[in-house]
Amino acid sequence: MAKHWGQHLLKQILRVMLLMAATSIVTFMLMKLSPIDPLQANVGQNALGSMSQEQIAKLREYWGVGADPVKQYLSWAKDFCRGDMGISLLYRQPVRNVIAVKLSNSLLLLAFAWVMSGILGFLLGILAAMYQGRLPDRIIKGYCIIISSTPTFWLALLLLLCFGVWLKVLPIGLSVPIGVEAAGVTLGDRIYHAILPALTLSITGISNIALHTREKMIEIMESDMVLFSKARGESRWAMFRYHGFRNALLPAITLQFASISEIFGGSVLVEQVFSYPGLGQAAVSAGLGSDLPLLMAITLISSAFVFGGNFLADLLYGIIDPRIRRGGQHI
Amino acid sequence: MKDMTEQNVIKSTSLLTIEHLNISFTQYESGIHRRVLSVIQDLNVQIHTGELVAIVGSSGSGKSLLAHAVLDILPYNASMEGKLNYCGMPLTKDRIRRLRGSEIVLVPQSIGCLDPLMKIGPQLVKGRKDAASKRCMSSILHYLGLEEELSDAYPFELSGGMNRRVLIGTALAEQPKLVIADEPTPGLDPAIADRVIKYFRDMADQGIGVLLITHDLELALRAADRIVVFYAGNTVEEALPEDFRNESSLRHPYTKALWRAMPQNGFQPLAGTQPYVRDLKEGCPFADRCSMYTEACSQKIPYRALRSGYVRCLYAE
Ligand SMILES: Nc1ncnc2c1ncn2[C@@H]1O[C@H](COP(=O)(O)OP(=O)(O)OP(=O)(O)O)[C@@H](O)[C@H]1O
Ligand SMILES: [Mg+2]
Repeated sequence: MAKHWGQHLLKQILRVMLLMAATSIVTFMLMKLSPIDPLQANVGQNALGSMSQEQIAKLREYWGVGADPVKQYLSWAKDFCRGDMGISLLYRQPVRNVIAVKLSNSLLLLAFAWVMSGILGFLLGILAAMYQGRLPDRIIKGYCIIISSTPTFWLALLLLLCFGVWLKVLPIGLSVPIGVEAAGVTLGDRIYHAILPALTLSITGISNIALHTREKMIEIMESDMVLFSKARGESRWAMFRYHGFRNALLPAITLQFASISEIFGGSVLVEQVFSYPGLGQAAVSAGLGSDLPLLMAITLISSAFVFGGNFLADLLYGIIDPRIRRGGQHI
Repeated sequence: MKDMTEQNVIKSTSLLTIEHLNISFTQYESGIHRRVLSVIQDLNVQIHTGELVAIVGSSGSGKSLLAHAVLDILPYNASMEGKLNYCGMPLTKDRIRRLRGSEIVLVPQSIGCLDPLMKIGPQLVKGRKDAASKRCMSSILHYLGLEEELSDAYPFELSGGMNRRVLIGTALAEQPKLVIADEPTPGLDPAIADRVIKYFRDMADQGIGVLLITHDLELALRAADRIVVFYAGNTVEEALPEDFRNESSLRHPYTKALWRAMPQNGFQPLAGTQPYVRDLKEGCPFADRCSMYTEACSQKIPYRALRSGYVRCLYAE
């Protein structure tokens, strides 16, 4: 048993390393192939025109234009492996600090959206299945289908219009009030500003897990197990409590952990719409501004999160599902 | 075989009476064309307290549907007609919903009926946690020859035969008056199958009415008080186990063919196959395979009493 787990862990570590290497190489290549000229984008045509050759050469060096890509990548990789993520070209601060700030902003949002969409989605899915074909089911299914065919950014704009512009009950953007010193920002302020983006992410996240849970639960409702439960005179509630819940929860957990990638992806758009200074927005500005060290770090951290999510799902499944936990060993 | 006089003392009151039961399915073909498939026609069975009645029929003859009809767990596209009487009163839907799982219990056909994520012990007693249930749980495991530790195991950790016994245990955990066992022995080796059948015989001897549904005639003969032979949704004969000693004491040509197919009687298989429900015509379902077939057999055949049994054949004597 212990040997088995050790092997498994080793395999996973190897995999995450390969994944990181591949992601970093692809990101690097894409950046190098990008048609955006860092000097044009960050310094501007006018400023460049009025500069001397030496100044331009210095700038070219700063932004890594014309450098040997292989050498550049290897030097970045060497630093990264030593824990040095470099200096952000846009923010002129260590990448580590930039990410620490942005990530803490995003995590609040992501965690809220993830937990909300997971719990609500699961409950709605169960409810829909228990009332299959009836009104609750039709409402929930309709909601899910409409939401999954709605672009996230459009929904974000809609909520922004509703709550921020018309009702004026929630702020239209940013993560802190405008014109307040950093020290004066309370946790309440931050939550207040995170509501809309988190809501958008939750609303979109629900439909996937709800539809999957509904599907699974319907399958369970049609199973021999439930037929027998009925024959044994168990009430709907007992049936759900003893059989439905557990059997539907397992696949939902896997799905929810695997959906971390979707929430991450969705946050890029949503943060953009709400000008919420999180990791997603930083990724966009790093990409458009040719901030290679920052973009590389963000990409790697995101993929680490996604990998971690899947890994945890695997692990949890093993703990919760007795068929895997006890792994065929007979008593 | 049991002593007749003793039996007559126990089986005094009628427990379940099924009269003229019909079950049909409504199906939609190519979306719009509606058709009704009649899967059980004019079924009559009676079970007394302390009696083990075996229903014998081959696969697809409608045995499980009969069990499900009694318990009111037929699929939504099925409809049934007929008279069900339990303890002298009509078994209405309300009544069966109150009685199923306590007075009337089902031992289902498939071990897939067990919850894969629930431990055996709680599953036996429907998740009840009181002390009495705990005691009941361990006494059942003991009675079924299963180790007590198994109450902490999941179904996947048990062999097929052990899971079968767990299914029987779910019936024992209640205080049933009527047990409907749907095919409790498939895939078991003969020694264990014998033991399983004995559990049902014991239940009957304690005064419980048992309806044993099986495709295994030999097994049924070893334990049953009466045998009802089922063919393509029809009860074709009702006989006593003694009737199976000689071919001549049997009534229906299908039963006689079953008798001849038994190993000790020559192992002669019957040619042809049981018609599929949708190909059934009005009249005798056995017509295609019968040597005594005449024009008259294509009319509806009445189920009539014959020599302390019943038969659905014009020419049986
Ligand atoms: N939901 C359904 N819709 C239409 N036909 C059905 C449905 N369920 C069962 N049937 C048909 O009813 C017939 C009887 O089925 P049933 O399950 O009662 O057979 P059985 O005698 O129990 O067979 P087995 O020995 O394989 O368990 C079969 O021919 C089957 O195809
Ligand atoms: Mg069956």
